[in-house]
Amino acid sequence: MSDLHSPSAAAGAADDHSIEQGRKRIRTYLIVGVALMCGTVMTVWASLINFGSREINIALALFIASTKGFLVAGFFMHLISEKKMIYAVLSFTTFFFLALMYLTLFSMAHGNIVHIR
Amino acid sequence: MEIPYAVKPRPDTGLYNAKLGIWLFLASEVMLFGGLFSSYILLRVNAEEGAWPHHWLNIWLGMTNTFVLIFSSVTVVLGWASLKMGQFKRYKFFQGITLLCALTFLGIKSVEYRDKFMHYEVHLKDGRIADGHLQPAETTDKTLVLEGRFAASHAELMEGSLHHGGEPVIEIPRDQIVSMENYGPWHNTYTALYFTLTGLHALHVVGGAIVIFAIWGPLAKVWEQDPERYTNRVEVSGLFWHFVDLIWIFLFPVLYLL
Repeated sequence: MSDLHSPSAAAGAADDHSIEQGRKRIRTYLIVGVALMCGTVMTVWASLINFGSREINIALALFIASTKGFLVAGFFMHLISEKKMIYAVLSFTTFFFLALMYLTLFSMAHGNIVHIR
Repeated sequence: MEIPYAVKPRPDTGLYNAKLGIWLFLASEVMLFGGLFSSYILLRVNAEEGAWPHHWLNIWLGMTNTFVLIFSSVTVVLGWASLKMGQFKRYKFFQGITLLCALTFLGIKSVEYRDKFMHYEVHLKDGRIADGHLQPAETTDKTLVLEGRFAASHAELMEGSLHHGGEPVIEIPRDQIVSMENYGPWHNTYTALYFTLTGLHALHVVGGAIVIFAIWGPLAKVWEQDPERYTNRVEVSGLFWHFVDLIWIFLFPVLYLL
């Protein structure tokens, strides 16, 4: 924690504001933006193609959406290089979100038992 | 009294307070939308075969709105990166585009909502169902005019069209109508979910746009007094905006495509 006020941290902060660093960031954001646009076109394309099974369309569309979500969260929201505290908050969120989804699927799989009781 | 850790990171968290605050808020938002998504999964999977609508929404409008939100997310980060380089005018330009994108998104959404409120399912005495968009200018006390089609059964209506509009005009004498209802949230489970999910999302767009506008306009003088603090505010509002984009990235395929 003390490294926040150290000379190396100060150098890092100055680098954070440099033009070179800024240009690098902008290049990354533009590439990610184009990837997201392409991903959107792919999502629509994947939904219109007949793969013989509707489940394949659903899986593919959700896979592309998840990849796009990763790009937004990772690069635009800077999650690929965030502080541990934020990862801790998000790990709790992920746990409760997955628990919510598990309960949803559990209630569907055991619907009869729930209804009988 | 100065608010502590508005700019400098707290030693114990490594973050300035607003950033930790927005992430905690976003965590609660994940659970809010997660609850609605789980409701969607439950209702969708338990729907009877052929009873769930398909292609009821205009994919091309939805896709345009997806592009608009992605583009706005790019302009938000470009604005923030400009501030990091001390380029305030560039930030104003990019964030101005973000605000225009927010208005465009809401404009397209309102066109889609209007389309659903003008879309009617009309049950006739002979057992047929007329389905189409109301033509208010041509509708009279004696005749209802729709641009649409006749269907023999309710199941036939579940499959929409990829090409919206351009359907034939049909005239229905009012004395032949048994019942009629538009495609509002009350129409069926799908429209209820559609309006709830997209309505809540649109409220987030409005909220995010108001905050971004406030920082961009009335609060812009903070840049002169404390540039670091101002940049942090832009970052925090940007994190919220990206979250709104993230939610739409999942809403679009779930509601429009699947």
